[in-house]
Amino acid sequence: MSFTNKNHNAENLSSFESENSSLRKIFIVIFILLLVMAVSLPWWGGRSDMRLVSEFCYYLVLAQLWNLIAGYGGLVSIGQHAFVGLGGYAFFIFTVYLGVHPLAAILLSGVFALIFAIPSAYLLFRLYGAYFAVGTWVLAEVYRLGFAQVTTMGGGSGMSLPINIIKKLGDSKFDREMLLYFISLILALSVIASIYFVLRSSWGLALTAIRDSETAAESLGVKKRLIKYSVYLFAAFGAGMAGSIIYLNKLRISPDSAFSVSDWTVNIIFIVVIGGLGTLEGPIIGALIFFLLREILADFGSIYMIFLGIVAVIVMLKFPKGIWGFISSYFNIEIFPVRRKLLISKKGT
Amino acid sequence: MSWIDAILQGTLLGGQYALFAAGLSLIFGVMRLVNIAHGDLIVLSAFIALVCVESLNLHPLLSIFIVCPIMFCFGYALQKVILNQILGKDILPVILVTFGISIIIQNVLFEIFSADSQRLLSGELDTLSLKLSDTLSIGWLPLIAFLASIAVITSLQFFFYKTKTGMVFRATSDNSEVVELMGVNRNHVFALAMGVALAVAALAAIFMGMRTNFDPSVGPARLIYAFEAVIIGGLGSLWGTLAGGIIIGVSQAIGANINPGWQVLSGHLVFLFILAIKPNGLFPKTKD
Repeated sequence: MSFTNKNHNAENLSSFESENSSLRKIFIVIFILLLVMAVSLPWWGGRSDMRLVSEFCYYLVLAQLWNLIAGYGGLVSIGQHAFVGLGGYAFFIFTVYLGVHPLAAILLSGVFALIFAIPSAYLLFRLYGAYFAVGTWVLAEVYRLGFAQVTTMGGGSGMSLPINIIKKLGDSKFDREMLLYFISLILALSVIASIYFVLRSSWGLALTAIRDSETAAESLGVKKRLIKYSVYLFAAFGAGMAGSIIYLNKLRISPDSAFSVSDWTVNIIFIVVIGGLGTLEGPIIGALIFFLLREILADFGSIYMIFLGIVAVIVMLKFPKGIWGFISSYFNIEIFPVRRKLLISKKGT
Repeated sequence: MSWIDAILQGTLLGGQYALFAAGLSLIFGVMRLVNIAHGDLIVLSAFIALVCVESLNLHPLLSIFIVCPIMFCFGYALQKVILNQILGKDILPVILVTFGISIIIQNVLFEIFSADSQRLLSGELDTLSLKLSDTLSIGWLPLIAFLASIAVITSLQFFFYKTKTGMVFRATSDNSEVVELMGVNRNHVFALAMGVALAVAALAAIFMGMRTNFDPSVGPARLIYAFEAVIIGGLGSLWGTLAGGIIIGVSQAIGANINPGWQVLSGHLVFLFILAIKPNGLFPKTKD
């Protein structure tokens, strides 16, 4: 399937070569080192380190997915917590009521969120811009209020995950925690990898074309609706899986926490905006800063949120490309090159 | 009888939602801007009114004369200093900046006033009611709020279509670049529009504070009701916004009559239903 008109000179016109390759190598080495540290963490770190890193992973997943739909697709949603909540609840439905194995339930929760995303997208894509944004929020509220009505699942006060389900994941506590840790890590890596490859494909080109000008993209043969639906559904699928992992970690779910706008949307948006919207590196940097600030300022509660809000507003006003955007244009570097650049062919000279 | 009562109370509540929405509708009409912080600015106004009422020992209705001018100035400054910088083709910065402002306001209010529920006490007016029949009566306060919202929408309509400033507003809405050529300061017009929108929001906030409890976290819900009223009514139509507000109010009241847990949910569901059958709202005026 092709989504864009093929250009005869495509190889000459689009290239992913990065110009500042020595600095890029340093960054890649740092990333690989961090990755090695993360993979080996269970053997040298403590339980709280594992918890922190897996939390970092699912925040990063949500940030990357939001960045994909908002930063690349131009679909500014402030209702992604809908799919975190749906995924979390789906996990409880599958494991507690249908007896599905927790690992299979994680995948099924993603599918569950994706199925709900289809009618959601059908309604929401009638709205544009900021109205789309608030519309996504309304829908998340509908799901929250809806689950609060389900009395078998504890209504507004929620329910806990029975211990026999948790035991299916391993016999000892350490085994279970290690398994949970690696699930979060694998989810984060696979989401980043799939977004990276999507963006480098003709899909990614079509996606950024739609963001830059819907009309122009359509006139060049980009199938706008198909692309928009695909990214929105993909983001719902990913957020659903993240939601199931989050509530498998928390062991308890309630409508107010599962569909919490501040946890699963506000924080995520701050991470992406501060780190750098529309880049793959931005959400990683943003999530690192978010967790660093949180560890330092955790005791200040709402002051911390005020501070984050002010930083996000200033970044949006003065550095709309975020911290990574600033670094990337200053040093002329991309770690995950997904931008198309014009290269003048040297063949003739 | 309880159904008629529900519809009646819902209509009165709807007037209040229309008042929440009028400011949102107005700034969208003039500058195609959707202010995500609108709900939190309403709550901010309610807290300013609370401070006036408690420190000056004023009746809440009189605090209108203090709070509305304050919020007008606040709106003017907000637009001039921050929002005018980012108005343009790309809507993303506007959404994200107003979203950030919303979070800042919520947490600042929480820091100052804590999460306690507050109320603007209006003395006798709280309980006075108008008896329509043996089983049906309506409170004076909801009735005054409803009449106030009709008065506000009528005067905004008059302002837009009959005054010179209103004409400048509409012209700026049609084409802000040509208007600049005619010697109009676009940034000033936008700032005035935001000022008016927040003055209306302040009025809505005072009626809200007299009728129901409020705390720093209720802003987003006000934004959502206002937004639903605007979309149902059709973008840019003030009377449509009033109709939209009433539809949401009545749906909530009917939902609550069936099952108290359904109040807010049924309003949302009616909104989604209308969005599905009439995506441009019931009385569309502008297209964007």
